[in-house]
Amino acid sequence: MRTRSMVEWAFSLPCRLPWRHRKPSILFVLLAVLFSSACRQDMHDQPKYIPLRPSGFFPDHRSERPLVEGAVARGNLDDDDAFYAGKGPDGKPVDTFPFPVTKDVILRGQSRFNIYCAPCHDRVGNGAGMIVRRGYRHPPSYHIDRLRTVPNGYIYDVITNGFGAMPDYAAQIQPADRWAIVAYVRALQLSQNATMKDVPPGQEIPTPQLLSPSGGRK
Amino acid sequence: MSQIFHHSSNTLARITIFGAVFILAFTAWVAEEFFRGAWSTRASQIREQPVPFSHAHHVGGLGLDCRYCHTTVETSSFANIPPTKTCMNCHSQIWSTSPTLEPVRASFRTGNSIQWTRVNDLPDFVYFNHSIHINKGVGCETCHGRVDRMSLTWQENNLQMDWCINCHRHPDQYVRPREAVTTMGYHPAGDQEAIGRRLVQEYHIQDPRVLTSCSTCHR
Repeated sequence: MRTRSMVEWAFSLPCRLPWRHRKPSILFVLLAVLFSSACRQDMHDQPKYIPLRPSGFFPDHRSERPLVEGAVARGNLDDDDAFYAGKGPDGKPVDTFPFPVTKDVILRGQSRFNIYCAPCHDRVGNGAGMIVRRGYRHPPSYHIDRLRTVPNGYIYDVITNGFGAMPDYAAQIQPADRWAIVAYVRALQLSQNATMKDVPPGQEIPTPQLLSPSGGRK
Repeated sequence: MSQIFHHSSNTLARITIFGAVFILAFTAWVAEEFFRGAWSTRASQIREQPVPFSHAHHVGGLGLDCRYCHTTVETSSFANIPPTKTCMNCHSQIWSTSPTLEPVRASFRTGNSIQWTRVNDLPDFVYFNHSIHINKGVGCETCHGRVDRMSLTWQENNLQMDWCINCHRHPDQYVRPREAVTTMGYHPAGDQEAIGRRLVQEYHIQDPRVLTSCSTCHR
């Protein structure tokens, strides 16, 4: 405010002064313009909230307000337990998938698995990921009998709520992606226990690429 | 009546006229350096943070994908800063007594946010959207540089409009396959021009006339 009134005053000077003072005052105005340019950033920093911009209004300085507990947005009542909790009407984990598992679903699951799970479980699911090598508790391999026989809903529930040392990934992975990961974990389990009988007759088998225990290529 | 100007004024005038070219060029150069250089755009300057977070360690060293923390980048205009819970996924067990990480643990205990300093800040009249860039095959690296080598995070580019427009005019020189958007140190498998032209078609990237329209970025 003060800057603006000073500039206005400076601009009005040449018109109000007697002739002999006008020339230096014009010079003064030019200098003032030169030095005052690009000081104001009002259009750059508008008084509005963009994501994660702090707020001076709320005591916790968050402009993005947390939802009131129990609030449900219209159309967001997640009451399909089989999809959102991986549990059937009897409260037990379901062993089905809520949608057909296509190749696209598996590929989606692979990409999500490699982002969120592979740091600990490693890309082949043996539980020797980088974070584990740096000291995190070793998770079991997916290829032990117990985990090969658990229902799909159990794996979904572990992703959603965590298990043992594993934290929950409910905030990082959306439900549909969790199911895609379940499908990919199933594919990993198949891959480590496949037999010649699983190969359709007439199918050519490519030469296997050897994997080191850490999952890297030898 | 004596001469008003001394004889040497002739030389002086000639030098001044000749020198004006250099003076103007110099002024233009200074202005260019000032308005586009690191001092006013803050490119390549490390921002101080409450915790000295190292992308070099987490991305380059451990091989975490960008999306492990910045989960919303594919679906939202904004690539979120992870909540403290994401840090604690690992740091509840690893470096769990490190004094450097005390602000993280304090934030987790109390529920107060860690007040990170914004590194890449576009003017508010630019409506930049991360998800569209990621889904059309613009790599993180293309704008943010080799984040996997930044021990402390800086803004890689000057974020001036001509820098944006350069890619909007020639998207084929910069796009990469969607599977490689988070790859650091990406090298195109072949001729970028051919790959770029194919990807522009495949991903339905708009014509440069649309991409450089004012309302694409300013509304």
